[in-house]
Amino acid sequence: MSLLATSTLQDPDFINVCYIVAFTLFILGIRQLTHPRTARRGNIVAAVGMAIAVAATLLQEQVGDYGLIALWAVIGTAVGIPAARAVKMTAMPQMVALFNGVGGGAVALISFVEYREYLDHGGNPALETLIPILFAAIIGSISFWGSNIAFGKLQELIPGRPIQLPGQQVLNIALALVAVGCAIAIAAGSESELLFIALLASAALLGNMVVLPIGGADMPVVISLLNALTGLSAAAAGMVLDNTALIVGGMIVGASGTILTNLMANAMNRSIMNIVVGGFGGVPLAAAGDGSDEDRPVQSTSAADVAIQLSYAEKVVVVPGYGMAVAQAQHAVRELANELEKQGIEVAYAIHPVAGRMPGHMNVLLAEADVPYDQLKEMDEINPEFQTTDVSLVIGANDVTNPAARANESSPIYGMPILDVDKSEAVIVLKRSMNPGFAGIENELYYDPKTSMLFGDAKESISEVLSEVKAL
Amino acid sequence: MDLVTELAVLVLAAFVGFEVISKVPNTLHTPLMSATNAIHGIVVLGGLVTIGAATGFLNEFLVGIAIAFGTINVVGGFLVTDRMLEMFKKKPAKPKPDGDADGEEKQGP
Repeated sequence: MSLLATSTLQDPDFINVCYIVAFTLFILGIRQLTHPRTARRGNIVAAVGMAIAVAATLLQEQVGDYGLIALWAVIGTAVGIPAARAVKMTAMPQMVALFNGVGGGAVALISFVEYREYLDHGGNPALETLIPILFAAIIGSISFWGSNIAFGKLQELIPGRPIQLPGQQVLNIALALVAVGCAIAIAAGSESELLFIALLASAALLGNMVVLPIGGADMPVVISLLNALTGLSAAAAGMVLDNTALIVGGMIVGASGTILTNLMANAMNRSIMNIVVGGFGGVPLAAAGDGSDEDRPVQSTSAADVAIQLSYAEKVVVVPGYGMAVAQAQHAVRELANELEKQGIEVAYAIHPVAGRMPGHMNVLLAEADVPYDQLKEMDEINPEFQTTDVSLVIGANDVTNPAARANESSPIYGMPILDVDKSEAVIVLKRSMNPGFAGIENELYYDPKTSMLFGDAKESISEVLSEVKAL
Repeated sequence: MDLVTELAVLVLAAFVGFEVISKVPNTLHTPLMSATNAIHGIVVLGGLVTIGAATGFLNEFLVGIAIAFGTINVVGGFLVTDRMLEMFKKKPAKPKPDGDADGEEKQGP
């Protein structure tokens, strides 16, 4: 390949072997990530693979400008490490969105520069290079802007509720057509940087427009989808640059993200298309609460009453949601559960697949509070048990407990599998106020005669209940 | 590598990804998403091989930003995943909290 490759270290074969080692480590790492006990090691194994891939790449003789590389890498590290260190467990989802976004941004920038270089050196490259460049540019740009919007929504810089413009879907289709049209024009022979910029810009707008109308409850699915897209665009960039590590690494992420996205969409009984195209299926949200709800009585309760209810129960199921995460109540919850168990009461945690804002979000938080795995029960496992449950303690979970998903066909969440808390003997809901949840939908559960509401900060409420239980 | 070989690698990688990942329990979905997110930070390699060939200030600058972005993706991604997984580690088996368990050997007449 080159006349200059004198040393073995710069031998392309040697570098490619390093790449093979690297992606083998990625695969082994991901496999270890599938078991709680080996998961942490798996992450480290994958990181070692990455270090090997980077080191091998730096050996290539066409890499120059080590000073420049060091400068930019130091800037990236200086941003990345403090951000990853400082982020709170509750803010993990938006952090993942942000890290995903910069990955997509890197892909878009690289493909733009590659195209500019080809134009400077004799015009459009062969189609087998040009098509991946165009693909990487479109997808990278969508991923960058979409992830930033997802971040903004979860960080509540932008309202979390679905924002819908009139003619949104027509606009989206038009933007997609513009992006693809530019790509086709370039592929057909137009050598124009402007056209490429138009392609990047329309893809960027599309990324914004697709994610903006999506409500917070669907955000995990969207982040997962964007993660998969970034992986695919990285694989395309790998084809442009003839880089095996990029092709394999990117494609594995593309495959994983697709599976995760599908799993999560299935858990909500909706198709990915439905989520991406329709906001909340296009149902106007104002119609969701049908007005009559406001006059209905809600039963509110006190910490002392809750303590009594819990103490006389035989079986208590805790249903955590995003509210628990926000209030950082997981440790208090664990203490309360321990106290109840000490009194011989059976305690389990019901984990809805999309509780919180990411799949497994609740598991992460409860693991942080040292809750044993065997107490965490998934939806299918716990749902039959609600019939024999005395008290369901709903802590800041909303949409995932809304019976409207089962019964009310006009509800935007109709058809989503929920936790059947309303089947238990009594329900206690810990909530800050009567405001509807992130998806902006009224919850029928709160008006159920079996339900009593304990208003206030979840952490304080739980601590009060705990001291009352101890005092009994 | 020629196009056909690259496509073959691409397709096989997709299947490996599906196979390896479809076995992850729900519990680990967030860390998995975060870890795979860090892995696609491998685009930083694209920046590394492009910057040497990049001509002109604008191109070098844009690739530089790409390298910084890729680095954020990789370093931040793996670190944040490690922080999540740190909490999954098994606790050392604690002795029973009740006091009479220790000092047993001293008991006796």
